[in-house]
Amino acid sequence: MSDRTTDEDPARARRFRDAALPHLDAVYTLARYLLRDPSDAEDAVQECYLRALRHFDTLRGQEEVKPWLFAILRNVCRVEYGRRSRVLLYDVNAESDKAESTIPLWREAQDTPETEMLRKLDAETIRGLVAALPDVFREVIVLREVEDLSYREIATIVSAPVGTVMSRLARGRALLREAWLKAEHKDEPEGEYEERLK
Amino acid sequence: MTCEETHILLHALIDGELDAGHAREVEAHVANCPRCAAQLRDYRGMHAAMSAPGLRYQAPASLRARLERALPTTALPAPRASATSRRSLMQGFGMGSMVSAALAACLVLFVVHTEEDHRIVGDVVSAHLRSLQGDHLIDVQSTDQHTVKPWFNGRLDVAPPVIDLTPQGFTLIGGRLDYIDGRPVAAIVYKRRAHVINLFVSQTAGSASGAAMEKLQGFTVWSWAWSGLNFRAVSDINPEELREFGDKLETAVQSGAS
Repeated sequence: MSDRTTDEDPARARRFRDAALPHLDAVYTLARYLLRDPSDAEDAVQECYLRALRHFDTLRGQEEVKPWLFAILRNVCRVEYGRRSRVLLYDVNAESDKAESTIPLWREAQDTPETEMLRKLDAETIRGLVAALPDVFREVIVLREVEDLSYREIATIVSAPVGTVMSRLARGRALLREAWLKAEHKDEPEGEYEERLK
Repeated sequence: MTCEETHILLHALIDGELDAGHAREVEAHVANCPRCAAQLRDYRGMHAAMSAPGLRYQAPASLRARLERALPTTALPAPRASATSRRSLMQGFGMGSMVSAALAACLVLFVVHTEEDHRIVGDVVSAHLRSLQGDHLIDVQSTDQHTVKPWFNGRLDVAPPVIDLTPQGFTLIGGRLDYIDGRPVAAIVYKRRAHVINLFVSQTAGSASGAAMEKLQGFTVWSWAWSGLNFRAVSDINPEELREFGDKLETAVQSGAS
């Protein structure tokens, strides 16, 4: 943190603390899902908070603090960690065109049995399934399902129109549902589930 | 509505982002299309499963400590209690600043009332939490106010107003009987996006007090009284939205929409 920001206005720093620290778990959660690595997530969250403090004045009165922090975190993750080789790439912009055009939206509509109910999976398994989603879908799924933001808030964070958010969410959920059904059948002998789909 | 349109819109339906007209269209399509119905059911199941606390992470204590250290505090006044904030409130008024006055007006809503009020607010939050666990959110499940309202007949000594506020952004999802302060009350359940709002309606006990907002355990309780009835709305949505809910409901009740 630069000395300039910390020393000049302690009252401002305290206001920031009170506004931003309550969202620490939520911000850390998002970082874990975006970066899929605990120590990178910690670093990113710290960087996010320091940046947020520097830009605290840009936060308008009515704006919600949490989505604002998420937007900063997403930027930190993309810029700082997108090029690191030891983490899987987090670079939505490079990935989105490819992923959105190559992953068919309705594939699962044809090849999953409609009579079968989705079963409950434990939290750890679900976290694993979410982590396996492509970045562009993972971020909207996490913002919606885990962080419980509205479409408009998500659109602002990922800087895309609401319609794009909706279609990414639809594709993301379709992929997740497919993975979910597969995970339910992972204990069955190889190929048996696939066989039944034919 | 075609299957393809439904495939996109059913997500907005699950997420509470669809207006009432489209919601009805999606529901009508789903009622006649087993394939879309299966998708809706699965996505709802996934959506519910993913709201589990196990999907959230807790920031490591070391990270929290590092941030606390990095963010300097002015020496906080030793008692952080209401005395301090009230004094600064007065200073705000003294300065005649519009901003401080507006801020103060918001803060005043959070003033804690008598011990009894406090206990009831605790009751309200407990009832809200109970309703979110297991399958006891609603006894009568319907988005139709004309189904929910008669259900309370004979179960309570009051006839609570039941009004669907879907056009205003709060969807009626049903009702149930609950207990606050040891007495049966009507619980009318609404949804705002993924958030549940419980509205408890009971007979006014004792002196009627003005509208008040209180926060407890991260939940907001917005209470007001009207025409011999006590209304207590509780949710984890942000206080402004809950207040908006209260205002819209009050307007609808007073215009006799039920």
